[in-house]
Amino acid sequence: MPFPLSGASLLVSAVLFGFIFGWLLHRARVTDTNVIVNQFRFRDFTVLKVMLTAILIGGLGVFFLHAGGLASYHIKPANLLGVALGAVLFGIGMVAYGYCPGSGLAAIGTGSLHALIGALGMVFGAVLFALSYDWVKAHILNIAALGSVRLPELTGIPDLVWFAGLAVLALIGFLALERRPRR
Amino acid sequence: MHSEVKAMPARVITRSEVDWTPYLAGAGIGILSWAVFAIADDPLGITTAFAAFSGVAAIPFLGIEGVWHNSYWAKTPPSLSYGTLFLVGVVLGAVASAIATRRFSLETVPRVWRERFGPSVFRRFAVAFAGGAVEMYGARLADGCTSGHAISGNLQLALSSWLFTIVMAASGAATARLLFGNGRFANRGDPKCHSL
Repeated sequence: MPFPLSGASLLVSAVLFGFIFGWLLHRARVTDTNVIVNQFRFRDFTVLKVMLTAILIGGLGVFFLHAGGLASYHIKPANLLGVALGAVLFGIGMVAYGYCPGSGLAAIGTGSLHALIGALGMVFGAVLFALSYDWVKAHILNIAALGSVRLPELTGIPDLVWFAGLAVLALIGFLALERRPRR
Repeated sequence: MHSEVKAMPARVITRSEVDWTPYLAGAGIGILSWAVFAIADDPLGITTAFAAFSGVAAIPFLGIEGVWHNSYWAKTPPSLSYGTLFLVGVVLGAVASAIATRRFSLETVPRVWRERFGPSVFRRFAVAFAGGAVEMYGARLADGCTSGHAISGNLQLALSSWLFTIVMAASGAATARLLFGNGRFANRGDPKCHSL
């Protein structure tokens, strides 16, 4: 069993955790549209480095916390059609906006006015989704819906093997990136 | 004694030139994940709380009743919850970091955009608004974003999250190629295009 906080202490920790996340996003430079867009143009690999490192370090820690009964998993359902369609839209929107939702919010804090305008667009998109939710739920989210599936259960390959494989891939990728002549 | 300067070898990254910031920030986000899983029992994520709170923005157009009876907001009601306060923290943390590093500056048209589409603020704002709307609709359809899926979901080895990340990366790369051209070979050596 995890030991979630409750009441006021949970709400204070929400601001604190958000603060650290926003701080790290800015330090990582992913609050910069140029960095985000150039990742998708394969010119700047900052986003990939940040995400892969976070997944590896975070994943190993959460795996052991879970094994020790100190954390619960929160697996989003594999509604394959909804996830795939949503990801297509998300990729288009992310390049046009120039931020992901989290880095866009953080970028507002660094003085980006177009990040603020895009956040208003995000509100608009959220309202559109809420208005179309009944139809989406009935016609898209239930297609190829496999439930909250994890790769280890799906494949029979244990967690630590996944992480080891991911670490090897990341290491090869990072070494190749850092040895590349800089433009 | 040799006084002449040796010819510079081909420009190759040396160990000391490696910028460790992305790795350190990534490790920081990973460690932050331990804390939010163990203490808050609520993984890092943005759009679930963002979409829930958007119900407040819809009240002037749909009325309280309209929002109240909407099945999506009935499921995730707009409230001053953990997730919403987390978003407030994200903005505050970025402000603090920008001020601490003296990199707070107003930006209307980022360089990568200006080089391709010119200095029009209206054009940039219009596409940012539309992009934000499409991105958020996609995030809700997929039930997560770069934080909820690509970090929190992937680190739990969730099938949905890895599918999201791979499809999103492909879609983003195709969009970037359409919008910005293939930057990998274009303008190489142009100092203005150096991304930093």
